[in-house]
Amino acid sequence: MKKILLMGNPNVGKSVVFSRLTGVNVIQSNYPGTTVGFTKGHLKIGKNEMDIIDVPGTYSLSPSCKAEEVARDMFFDEKPDLIINVLDVTNLERNLYLTLQILEKNIPTVILLNMWDAAKRKGIHVNLEKLQEIIGLKVIPAVAVTGEGIKDLVNIIDEITLNKNIKLSKIPKMDDSEKWAFIGEILSEVQKIEHRHPSLLEKLEDASVKPFSGIIIAIIVLFITMQVIIGIGEFLINYILDPLYYQYYGPFITSLVQNSIPTGFIHDILIGSGYEYETSFGLLTTGIYVIFAVVLPYILSFYFILGFLEDFGYLPRLAVLLDSIMHKLGLHGYATIPIILGFGCNVPAMLSTRILEGKREKFIATTLIAISIPCMAQTAVIIGLLGKYGIQYIILIYGTLLILFIVLGSILNFLLKGESPEIFFEIPPYRIPHMETLLKKTWMRVKGFLLEALPFVFLGILAINILYLIGVMGALSNLLSPIMSQMLGLPDQAIDALIMGFLRKDLATAMLAPLNLSPNQLVVACTVLATSFPCIATFVVLIKEIGVKDMLKTVVLMLSVALITGTILNLILNGLL
Amino acid sequence: MITLVELKNGKNATIKKIEGGPGLKNRLEVMNLREGKRIRKTCSAPLHGPVVLEIDGFKMAIGRGMAKKVWVEEI
Repeated sequence: MKKILLMGNPNVGKSVVFSRLTGVNVIQSNYPGTTVGFTKGHLKIGKNEMDIIDVPGTYSLSPSCKAEEVARDMFFDEKPDLIINVLDVTNLERNLYLTLQILEKNIPTVILLNMWDAAKRKGIHVNLEKLQEIIGLKVIPAVAVTGEGIKDLVNIIDEITLNKNIKLSKIPKMDDSEKWAFIGEILSEVQKIEHRHPSLLEKLEDASVKPFSGIIIAIIVLFITMQVIIGIGEFLINYILDPLYYQYYGPFITSLVQNSIPTGFIHDILIGSGYEYETSFGLLTTGIYVIFAVVLPYILSFYFILGFLEDFGYLPRLAVLLDSIMHKLGLHGYATIPIILGFGCNVPAMLSTRILEGKREKFIATTLIAISIPCMAQTAVIIGLLGKYGIQYIILIYGTLLILFIVLGSILNFLLKGESPEIFFEIPPYRIPHMETLLKKTWMRVKGFLLEALPFVFLGILAINILYLIGVMGALSNLLSPIMSQMLGLPDQAIDALIMGFLRKDLATAMLAPLNLSPNQLVVACTVLATSFPCIATFVVLIKEIGVKDMLKTVVLMLSVALITGTILNLILNGLL
Repeated sequence: MITLVELKNGKNATIKKIEGGPGLKNRLEVMNLREGKRIRKTCSAPLHGPVVLEIDGFKMAIGRGMAKKVWVEEI
């Protein structure tokens, strides 16, 4: 089968083109480094079938980070039949450098000039005929988000992959300075720029990175973000999902199971003691409730807001603002992006640490995220458990985690040899998010959550029931009882929850509900759960990203941090310290 | 000639020289930060943070250490 690679600079819209061509949805955002691995898709034009690969963005074929290495390796190893080189037409000069590098390798190439609409707005005019003439290849103007130009692209792909009309560029090999000089010539021939006054958005762009206005904007963004996430989440729970569960689903499923399955092990696993009880822990009662009526609403609101901030282009600016502080923690500003993703789910956060250059930085970033960034699933349950006692308890948990983040970062920065590299990246322009794309992205992430959460939560409930049945839980409780009561001030039963934390943090946190803990005990238990151990999904990604050895170090660190923090919190809250 | 760090906020300048090894030079160059290019310094981020600058309407952030190696002449 023919193979096509989508290549181009970071943040030019390759993933949008990819989705348009293949129908495969991939996460797209407005910042460099959204795609860190590659996604494969399939395109069928009539009987002509081919594979399309969405390659991470790169400025050149000589890489400076892991994501760019992926791009280079794919280019040289995959032996593509066709390259679709996506360019941001508003920044032709820089984009053409990679184009020239690609063209000199003599692989059939199509040039797609994306962001054609933005160029018009900015007063940039490009003479397509002349550009085609100089490069000797077909050049297609496009607005990938709206689909403009994609049809032309498909026609050309069809022609070339059917071995019709293959043209190679006749541009000779050049060294770097010749390349830049040639690009200069091309631009003076094909491009005209009218001067325009900066728009309001452009003024806002500058204000968000300037020291004073930047910090104020960051605080406002943070405040609004939290308000909206909690607002949407609570609304969905109180007015839609809770009523649905308690009035319709719960009674229905409970009576259905009661009427069809005799009491016993299976009955208990399915519905526990019935939908009315927090303690029931049946697959179809508490399991479904926790996922759909406690966690899902917050996942939905979080990813909608995150998607908005991503597509708007705010996150890289936050990265610039926080760069100095992050350096003191052994990281650099761009680590802000994996950290923010971590508040949604630690798994994509670990993957996105690939945009960081060094091994040391990657280790610090993954460790700090695993320890002190609770995922939205866990946050949702924490809000559910402690919200009724007042916001101060939730602040206490997050405050503790923030202190841990800073203290651990400083220690790791001090202990590990080396320095974090300096940041150097493009700050994308602000763009008004495209609603359809934003909703699609939110839906993809929510779907991803459900696909991952449902099996693990079910498995968890099953496992805990079986472990009880064979007496393992009882033995563990006895063994760990001194730690629980003397150090953490928690009852023995909380051990179940801590063990479940290895499988899923949301379910584990929910298991604290029936224990009748005081708010202070809940604070200790939630904090220990958040810090103690990565959930199994994160665990697997961690091994892949940093290797078994570093992962073991991280886990030992996590367990000790969890115990120490839990003990100190317990002592402080009980007035003993 | 002054370095990017010394250049005042809001000023335009032309890049005259980039110090440092071929690795750094190449990294800056592929992002279009090269000798002869006109730039505008937007600001420095708080707490001695990175320098934010604009080339052809595109913004980028560059760490202070790197910015010290970029020599410019104010226009």
